[in-house]
Amino acid sequence: MRYATRIVPLCAYMLLSMTAHAAEADALKAGIFNPARDAPEFSVRGSDGAPLILSRYRGKVVVLAFGYTSCPNVCPVTLAVLAQAHRKLAALGSQVQVIYLTVDPERDSAERLKQYLAAFDPTFVGGTGTDAQMAAVRKSYGVTAEKVGTGQDYAVAHSSFVYLITREGKLRALMPFGHKADDYVHDISMLLN
Amino acid sequence: MQPLHKRPWMAIAAVTVAAAASGTATWAAFTPITFGSREEIFEIPKGTWARRMAGNKVEILPSRIYLTLGIRDVLLLKNQDDVPQIFGPTLMMPGQSFRLPFELAGSYQFACTAHASGQMTVVVDAQPDTPWGRLVWRARRIFRVVA
Repeated sequence: MRYATRIVPLCAYMLLSMTAHAAEADALKAGIFNPARDAPEFSVRGSDGAPLILSRYRGKVVVLAFGYTSCPNVCPVTLAVLAQAHRKLAALGSQVQVIYLTVDPERDSAERLKQYLAAFDPTFVGGTGTDAQMAAVRKSYGVTAEKVGTGQDYAVAHSSFVYLITREGKLRALMPFGHKADDYVHDISMLLN
Repeated sequence: MQPLHKRPWMAIAAVTVAAAASGTATWAAFTPITFGSREEIFEIPKGTWARRMAGNKVEILPSRIYLTLGIRDVLLLKNQDDVPQIFGPTLMMPGQSFRLPFELAGSYQFACTAHASGQMTVVVDAQPDTPWGRLVWRARRIFRVVA
């Protein structure tokens, strides 16, 4: 009887948990990881002048994008969409942090990132570091970046998706390029709730 | 060569084949397309990494995947191997799955190190809503399976 009183609530909890995950998987617009793993930690130089450490944002939903300030097409679109989503979230926006890590640390200084991101949304934080540091972060997230061309005007072909990290620091979802601001609003609202 | 009316078995066979083809085409055109699940599943089996390390060529994920809105519009990738793998667009841990739904028809490009081209394409077609569309959809599906 004693076991039954422990097992029944446990089973009910597991069932509810599984149902919640299944419902979330069905409902999110983004791709879902199951089970969600801990988002790889990183510590790089932040565009706000402070060290940018992922775990400092526990309690917020982190929207993590990779790109570079000279990107001609993908990054401006992604950041504009994220800025629009952030505005649409209104009061909930304070519980969300957009982080933009450069794939081009050679050109993207902290100051340059700050100036670039401010044009989209001044609350966005950029991150840069040494080549080795940024390569290690990319590897831990499975992000690809490859230099194309030579000279000062080289480009960087890079992964265009955006990661959604839960308040608990779990890497929960991946939004492919091309989604609209409303899709981000939808998914971020779900993760916040 | 004898005329057809002198070889009735041939005429019967021709009529039977024509009737069967016509029946199949009618069924393919007018029967709604349904699947038990909307998920197109690809899985990295256990031991894949070891086989690759041993020099074996292992192809799991095609470089081009076809999905159809409303019918089969969710890509489900599973890593059952013992090591992390870049699978499709993302890095997946052992035992992890990645479920990606699509809501818009189009061609989606993903970087994918599992392929020699470094790219994977997911082609998402609109749901066929006419008899001709269903017929073409079914014919294409058979062709892709056979090819």
